[in-house]
Amino acid sequence: MVRELKQSLLISLWFVFLTFPLLVVRVNTIENVVVWRWGNILWVAIGAFVLSYCWRYMLARRKRQTRKAEEGVDTRGPLQAALDNVQLRNRAMAVLLVLAAIFPLVFDTYQTSIMVTALIFVVLGLGLNIGVGLAGLLDLGYVAFFGVGAYTYAILNANFDLGFWMVLPIGGVLGCLFGVLLGFPILRLRGDYLAIVTLGFGMIFKVVMENWKTLSKGPSGIANIDRPGLFGLEMTLEQSTVFIYYIIVALVILTIIVTNRLKNSRVGRAWIALREDEVACVAMGIDMARTKLSAYALGAFWAGMVGVVFAAKTTFINPAGFTFMQSAIILSIVVLGGMGSILGVILGAFILVLLPEYLRAFSEYRMLVFGAAMTLMMIFRPQGLISNLRQIYQYKGSKDKTAHDG
Amino acid sequence: MDIEYFLELFFSGLTRGSIYALIALGYTMVYGIIQLINFAHGEIYMIGAFVALIVAGVCTIYGLSGFAILVLAAAIAIIYAAAYGYTLEKIAYRPLRGSPRLSPLISAIGMSIFLQNYVLLAQTPDFLPFPRLIPSFAFMDPVAHIIGSPELVILITTLITMVLLTLLIKKSRVGKAMRATQQDLSMARLVGINVDRVISLTFVIGSVLAAIGGVLVASYIGQVNFYIGFLAGVKAFTAAVLGGIGSIPGAVLGGLIIGWSESFAAGYFSSDYEDVLTFVLLVVILIVRPAGILGKVRKQKV
Repeated sequence: MVRELKQSLLISLWFVFLTFPLLVVRVNTIENVVVWRWGNILWVAIGAFVLSYCWRYMLARRKRQTRKAEEGVDTRGPLQAALDNVQLRNRAMAVLLVLAAIFPLVFDTYQTSIMVTALIFVVLGLGLNIGVGLAGLLDLGYVAFFGVGAYTYAILNANFDLGFWMVLPIGGVLGCLFGVLLGFPILRLRGDYLAIVTLGFGMIFKVVMENWKTLSKGPSGIANIDRPGLFGLEMTLEQSTVFIYYIIVALVILTIIVTNRLKNSRVGRAWIALREDEVACVAMGIDMARTKLSAYALGAFWAGMVGVVFAAKTTFINPAGFTFMQSAIILSIVVLGGMGSILGVILGAFILVLLPEYLRAFSEYRMLVFGAAMTLMMIFRPQGLISNLRQIYQYKGSKDKTAHDG
Repeated sequence: MDIEYFLELFFSGLTRGSIYALIALGYTMVYGIIQLINFAHGEIYMIGAFVALIVAGVCTIYGLSGFAILVLAAAIAIIYAAAYGYTLEKIAYRPLRGSPRLSPLISAIGMSIFLQNYVLLAQTPDFLPFPRLIPSFAFMDPVAHIIGSPELVILITTLITMVLLTLLIKKSRVGKAMRATQQDLSMARLVGINVDRVISLTFVIGSVLAAIGGVLVASYIGQVNFYIGFLAGVKAFTAAVLGGIGSIPGAVLGGLIIGWSESFAAGYFSSDYEDVLTFVLLVVILIVRPAGILGKVRKQKV
């Protein structure tokens, strides 16, 4: 007790020292004024003291849980247990589907528009999940593929007057193509190099879009992009938003089905095997190059498609919308939700997009919290909010024939 | 070709390159020991520069002047950067030792974002002008159009720092322990080296180097904001990979190559694509020689 108290006091003191110049002093070298914010010391001291107790408790809890898991005790929380129950899961999915269908009828355009943004991030998260979650290829420039899709639509629409439906597959294919293009040179690289090269690719995309003015109109961006059409019907802004909402819902459902099927396919299992142990995987005869490339290409495909939807929704895009911060947000969606888990990624996207939207007062703390959350998640809950559901085969006695089919 | 213009670009590239090298050393040392890209290293550099700015600002207002400020600001910046580096390792990386490779990397990215936004919120999103702390020497006047006093100071400081670092690693007891840990972590532990302490020390040394780089570059370029660490960090990491990650002379070489290529490309062509050049260079190197210029090609053991 006394030892812990002493330790926490020391930690608290250490953080007061650590944060002193940045949190207490604010200097303006233009006007030569210094503001001393002594009050912050108190907050830091109390905060660090309390958090150090939480930290210790969480570390102890983590240790207990790993021990339990080693002994084979069920460590799933109630939520996880409920999700593992197939019957319950199907019902929940049906309810969600109905909710999604009636959402724009119940809520106004503004809410629908926010929901569209959230769903765009769901697709992005699911796409990135293929690379990061399933194949274990960290991609820090994922937003570039999103940008490729968005710019494809914007440019084709402005120059050749191509419509949304025409470009939607083109955007996906182009995203896919860039994925392969990027994938080729870095196939031989290990995970960490991959991270830095993809980060570079993301930045290259942004800089090229800023400077290649004849193609992309530079930093000022492309405006007046057409909204998606429906057999030439004239639509008001509200109707158009609702229409886009249904398009993106359809896209989300498609993504979920495809990624879910992929996960349990031959390719999907190869991805997971590659993530777990590359050497063993190659030794088992899996073509590493093809498997990695397919993960990249498929991940990029969804980003390209949803990029087209994004451009059609906002009707304006510029390079500033495709920065590393966006990639970081998509990555935190995947990490927070649970790498490899489809349900987790969906939940993660909703939390990360909707919370800052409704808690406007805290929106400036958004990235601060995301950053801290990524680290904390890795330490205390690496499997994410909802961990990857594993295929469970259960033997239910000889009367039940489905057990043999499964 | 104009030889003076060439020399000017040569020295500006050398100056830039030596600062990249200082930061790259931190990446390479950490990677050599625990095979982790410390993504937040660029942020440590930024924090070093910011602390120096704050100290310098306060000192100027309370009437100190010139050289005294430079020394004081640099000293405090180094102490704080070391403290941040140490704390960072303790909080974000140590609990993750032994987890899958992706976990500490994601944790590092999280910390990088966290520290950026911490400085952004605690201080300001704007660029702040950094006071001109490095005096201009009279004896440099004849060649001032080729190489200025700040550049000279930066080059000499970097040189001294690197010599000291080499001595520390090659000659001292601690350096020996670091080399042993780099070769084989579990074996080093078996022969009685306190591996945790060595890792902490590596972070501290890397952070000190980054802080020196931060103070130098801030007084050279003349402005600081919360975002400077990100790009500098990425470039420095590229420098480390270019030279062969894990290799200390490699980091210096890589830093210089990047510094020169940026400076010459901007001087003779256009600076539009300056930041992209680094990455193109990185991709080319990784395809041609993934181990880097001076890196050893390691066979993967199963």
